[in-house]
Amino acid sequence: MARIIVVTSGKGGVGKTTTSAAIAMGLAKRGHKTAVIDFDVGLRNLDLIMGCERRVVYDFVNVINGEANLNQALIRDKNCNQLYILPASQTRDKDALNLEGVGRVLEELSRDFKYIVCDSPAGIEKGANLAMYYADDAFVVTNPEVSSVRDSDRMLGILASKSRRAELNMEPIKEYLLLTRYDPDRVESGEMLSLDDVQEILSLHLLGVIPESKAVLNASNSGIPVILDEKSDAGQAYADVVARYLGEKRPLRFIDSKKGFLRKLFGGK
Amino acid sequence: MNQSSILDFRSGTFFAPIMVLYSNDLEQIEQRLQEKIASAPDFFRNSPVLFDLSELNENNKKIDVAALVSLLRQSGLFPVGIRGGDPAQEKQALELSVPIDSGRSRNDAILPEVKKKDDAVPQVQAVIREAVRAPAMMVTQPVRSGQRIYAASDLVILAQVSAGAEIMAEGNIHVYNTLRGRALAGVQGDTAARFFCLDLQAELVSIAGIYKTSEDLKDAPKKKPVQIYLRDQALIIEELN
Repeated sequence: MARIIVVTSGKGGVGKTTTSAAIAMGLAKRGHKTAVIDFDVGLRNLDLIMGCERRVVYDFVNVINGEANLNQALIRDKNCNQLYILPASQTRDKDALNLEGVGRVLEELSRDFKYIVCDSPAGIEKGANLAMYYADDAFVVTNPEVSSVRDSDRMLGILASKSRRAELNMEPIKEYLLLTRYDPDRVESGEMLSLDDVQEILSLHLLGVIPESKAVLNASNSGIPVILDEKSDAGQAYADVVARYLGEKRPLRFIDSKKGFLRKLFGGK
Repeated sequence: MNQSSILDFRSGTFFAPIMVLYSNDLEQIEQRLQEKIASAPDFFRNSPVLFDLSELNENNKKIDVAALVSLLRQSGLFPVGIRGGDPAQEKQALELSVPIDSGRSRNDAILPEVKKKDDAVPQVQAVIREAVRAPAMMVTQPVRSGQRIYAASDLVILAQVSAGAEIMAEGNIHVYNTLRGRALAGVQGDTAARFFCLDLQAELVSIAGIYKTSEDLKDAPKKKPVQIYLRDQALIIEELN
């Protein structure tokens, strides 16, 4: 049986798709057969981030409607043969998805894959609900600012009450925090919430802190998940996240201000 | 959350006609009742009804409650309460499983008196009270933004309550963690309800409809256990030591 991971946040633009692409790639790179599904029907982006937009023939909605089978729609990643992408449909909207159809697709994928990563759309409406409904684990992507934290908190409430696990009274979804776009300098100067501030409100199991990084935008533009940029801070941070998710212990990195360090060193201004 | 799907208690009000009696002549009552019912059969069919004996008792007109209840039932009505009865009448009513509406009962001291005289009565009373007061509701998971919890009883929360969450209880509320959301105790008007929490950062707290918003709570102790209660229509916030 596959482990189903939903990458969710409530708020838009916090890095869900970047994270989905990175952790799916990270899991696949470690030899686990992984599928990543774009649930953002109508605003499909995952294929761009994964660099497979020119190879999309059939999509998630086609499979749900029985117009194509899974093997026709799944796109094998060009960098890693353990990774497959199920793209969203750009010409439809969230109403094209339904609980039963999503369940069927996930079940079929479960037979063959070790991990299934569901890239949730923003919001708390149908698309987001369907993305998280069947999940076993939730990666809650949060930026260090109050509105993102509030929206994540709301999403956590929905995970705890409206998922399949909640409805069937099973063991609840495992919730993990992923703090993204973290800028230690701005935290230092009080412009951004610190990791501790966020954890005080959400109190979740922290999987990692991804620093604000130019590498992320570069990776998106070139269609290569940032985790493959092994020299970059964000790439390394995502590699840590995957390792921690798989049970390894890794110290937190990229949470201390370099400026602060230099200031301390030179007794600066 | 962890409530079962078998039953839950919700607060609610329902309307029932109140039949105020001015005569203790059962025959007259029956005749008048039939006329009323004939005039609006749909309204009265299987309708609950509360009967008010205060006028009769003020004029020292005694009425046999058992006979009245059986008359009402024969007429297709369901007596659901007695109001303004004397101790004997109230005892009679309870024996017939008709609860006492003590809200306007003129003699609140009746109940303990009745208890001493007769064992059968307190038993019935105990059953009624138990049905009204549900066991305390226990929440062990964090209450997240956007979630609402209603307890028709006391509410005990062991995890944090986030900003944007709303917790309500007809009785007391205990939060053994940080409260950042809205908390409303005594929502059915119980002014004796109290509120306890380990760290008060609430958006709003209310007891029996009297509330303070976070603006008014600025001076309240932070990161310290507090209790809040009502005194003279004002919320008193007190540090617990």
